[in-house]
Amino acid sequence: MSALGDRAAAVSEWFDGRSDAALLLALAAGLYALFTGVSLVLGYDLGGIVNTLRRITFLSAIYAMLVLALNLQWGYTGLFNLGVAGFMAVGVYTMGMLSTAPTTNPPGLGLPLPIGIAGGVVAAALVGAVASLPALRLRGDYLAIVTLAFSEIVRLTYRSPVFETFSVGGVALGTGGSTGMSLPTNPIRILFYENPQEVTSPPSAFGEAVFGAFEGLGVRAPVVEGTAYALVLLLFVAGVYVLLRRVGNSPFGRVLKAIREDETVAGALGKDTRLFKVKVFALGCALMGLAAILWRIGGIASTEDFRPITTFYVFVALIIGGAGSNTGSVVGGAVFASLLFEGPNFVRRVVTQYFEVGIGQTPNTIFEAVGPLASLDVTPLLAYTLSDVNVSALRLVLLGIVLIYLIQNRPEGLLGHRTETAASVDLGERPGGENR
Amino acid sequence: MTTTSPDTDGAAADGSAAATDESTGDPLLQVRDLQKSFGGITAVDGATFDVERGTITGLIGPNGAGKSTTFDLVTGVQTPDSGQVVFDGTDITGWRPHRAANRGLVRTFQIARELDEMTVLENAMLAPRGQVGEKLWRAVLPGARSEVVRQEEQLREQAWETLEFLELDHLAEEYAGGLSGGQRKLLELARVLMIEPEMILLDEPLAGVNPTLEEKLLDRLRALREDGYTFLLVEHDMDVIMNHCEPVIVLHQGEVLIEGSPEEVKNDDRVLEAYLGGEV
Repeated sequence: MSALGDRAAAVSEWFDGRSDAALLLALAAGLYALFTGVSLVLGYDLGGIVNTLRRITFLSAIYAMLVLALNLQWGYTGLFNLGVAGFMAVGVYTMGMLSTAPTTNPPGLGLPLPIGIAGGVVAAALVGAVASLPALRLRGDYLAIVTLAFSEIVRLTYRSPVFETFSVGGVALGTGGSTGMSLPTNPIRILFYENPQEVTSPPSAFGEAVFGAFEGLGVRAPVVEGTAYALVLLLFVAGVYVLLRRVGNSPFGRVLKAIREDETVAGALGKDTRLFKVKVFALGCALMGLAAILWRIGGIASTEDFRPITTFYVFVALIIGGAGSNTGSVVGGAVFASLLFEGPNFVRRVVTQYFEVGIGQTPNTIFEAVGPLASLDVTPLLAYTLSDVNVSALRLVLLGIVLIYLIQNRPEGLLGHRTETAASVDLGERPGGENR
Repeated sequence: MTTTSPDTDGAAADGSAAATDESTGDPLLQVRDLQKSFGGITAVDGATFDVERGTITGLIGPNGAGKSTTFDLVTGVQTPDSGQVVFDGTDITGWRPHRAANRGLVRTFQIARELDEMTVLENAMLAPRGQVGEKLWRAVLPGARSEVVRQEEQLREQAWETLEFLELDHLAEEYAGGLSGGQRKLLELARVLMIEPEMILLDEPLAGVNPTLEEKLLDRLRALREDGYTFLLVEHDMDVIMNHCEPVIVLHQGEVLIEGSPEEVKNDDRVLEAYLGGEV
C-alpha cells in the first residue's frame, strides 16, 4: 500500500513539476515569437532578430533572479524590503573593487574574478544581515522605510566624491563616485578570446570557428558573445529557482510562511523568528547581489542603476507574477522585463517607423505636445510620448495601467493563487491509504 | 500537601483554600509575585500561584482581572516588571516565547490565530520541536536532505494522527483561513499538541464553540490530562470551570483572590463580590 502511495505521490509531483516547466516553456516560446514578429516588422535581419531575443533573454533572466530573491523575503516571509537596489549595489561595487585592476581608474585590488564575485555576494549577504538587525523589531511599513533609507545611504555613499578614490592601509581603492566604475570584462569571453581581459584580444581557435560560422548568417561577434552569456544566465535562473524551491519546500520554509502569516504565533510555537528573519535577509540579499553582478559585469557600475526605481521595478515584477510563488516569480520577471520594460522601446520604434512621427517634429514640452489637440492633431502628442527622452515615462504610464488592472482584477498576480505547500514531503493524500 | 501560594496578599491567607486541596503537591509552574503595569494601569499586581502537574487548573476572574496579561507574562509575550516564573524547576522569567515553548510551556490565544494561507496539515507540521529541516543548510544541501525527508514523513503521520484525534482530518488539505470558529480552536489545540509540551495554557479555548463541539473538546482535554499533560485554562463559562477544572484560581484586580476547589470558589463571598463589581 505504502509503495503504491509513494508512487502516486511521485507521479503527482512529477506532473506538478512538469506543468510548471510547460508553463515556462510556453511563456518563453510566446515571448520569442512576439519579439521575432516585432523584429520582422521593423525589418531587422537575422543578426538584429537574434540581438533582440538576446536582449529580452538577458533582461528576463536578471529580473527573474531578482524577483526570486525578493519573493523569498516578501512573498514567503512577508519582509517588506524596499532596499533591493542598495543590496544590488553592494554586490556590484564590492565585486568591482575586489577585481578591477589596480592600474585602472578607479583602482581595484585586481583579485581573480571568481573571488570578486564570491566577495560581492558575501558582502551583500553580510550587509543584508546587518541591515536586518535593527529592522528585526520593525514590521511592515517601518521595515520598508528603514530599508529604503538604507539603500539610498548605500547609493549616496558609493556616489560620494570622498570614496571616488581612497586608500585603506596604503592600498588604493575607489568607487569612481558619480562617474562610475568600469567593471571586469564579461567572463563569457574566456570561451571566445585568447586574452579575455583585453577588449582588443584576438579570438581563440574556438571563438574564431564560432564567430566564423555565425558571421556567415549575419550575426556579428558581440551578438554571439552576448547570446552565449544570456544562455548561461538562464542556467543561473534555474539554479536559483531550484535553490529557493528547496528552501521553500522544507520545515525552514514552513517557518517562513508562519512568520508571514503571524509572527507571534510562530514565536509561541517555539520558533526563534528573529534568527529566521536574519537568515532570509542574508540569503535574499546575497542573491540580489549575485543578480546585480551578472547584470552589470563587463559594463560600468553607476549609482544611477541603483536608484529606488530599480527596487520598484522588481516589486512590480513580483506583483505581476504573484508573491509567494517561485514559478510566478520567474514568469513575473520575464513578463515585466520583456513586455513592460523593453516593450515601450519597441512600440516607439514601430510607431516612429510606420507613422512618420519622426524626431524632427517632436515637441520639446508637454504644452507644445498637448496644444495641437485643440485642432484634433494628435501627432505632436504621439511624437512627444514616443520620443527617446520620454519613453521611460511611457513605461511608467504602462506600469501604472497594469498595476491598476491587476489590483482590480487579479490582486494575487498571475500565479499567486498556486498552492506551494511548505514541506519536504507530499502533503496530498495520506500515505498508507488510511484515509477514510 | 498544601498548594497555597506564599502569602503576598491578604486575600489568599484564608486557610480554607489549602485545607481541602487534594493535589499531589508537585508544582509544574510556579508564579511568584508577578507585577506588570501599562502606563498608570496595573494589570497584574503581585499574582502568585502554583499549577500542579497533571491538573486542569482553571483561571477565572472578571473582565480586566489580568488573566490574559498573566498568560502573556508567563509565556514571555510580555516581560514582567518584577516577580518570578518558574517552570519545571527552571526560572523562565522574561524568556522569549520561543524559548519557553521549547522548554515545554506553550499557549493558545484568546482569539484563535491561524496561519490563514497555510493548510491545516502545514499548520500542524509547523509546530513540532527539534525539526532538523529548520536549519537552512539542511533544507538546501542535497546530501543533508534525506534526513529531513525522513523526519518529515514521521511528522506527517503524527500530524494526521493528531488531526484525527481532534476530528480535523477531513479538513487536512484546507486552508486554515477557511475554517469555522470552532474548527480554528481545535486547530490551535492540534498545533500545540504537536509540540508535545508538558503544559498548555489555554486562553478561552471554548469561546465561540458550539455545545456539542465544546463537550468533545473537554473530553479531549480530560483524555490528554490522563496522558500526563497539564493545563491552565482561562474561561468565562462558569459551568465549564466548575465541572472540569480542579483547582480553580480566581484573579481580581491583578492579584489572586482565592485558589481552591470549585466548591470553595463557588461558595466564597469575595468571588461573588468581585464579579458583581464590588471592591475587596
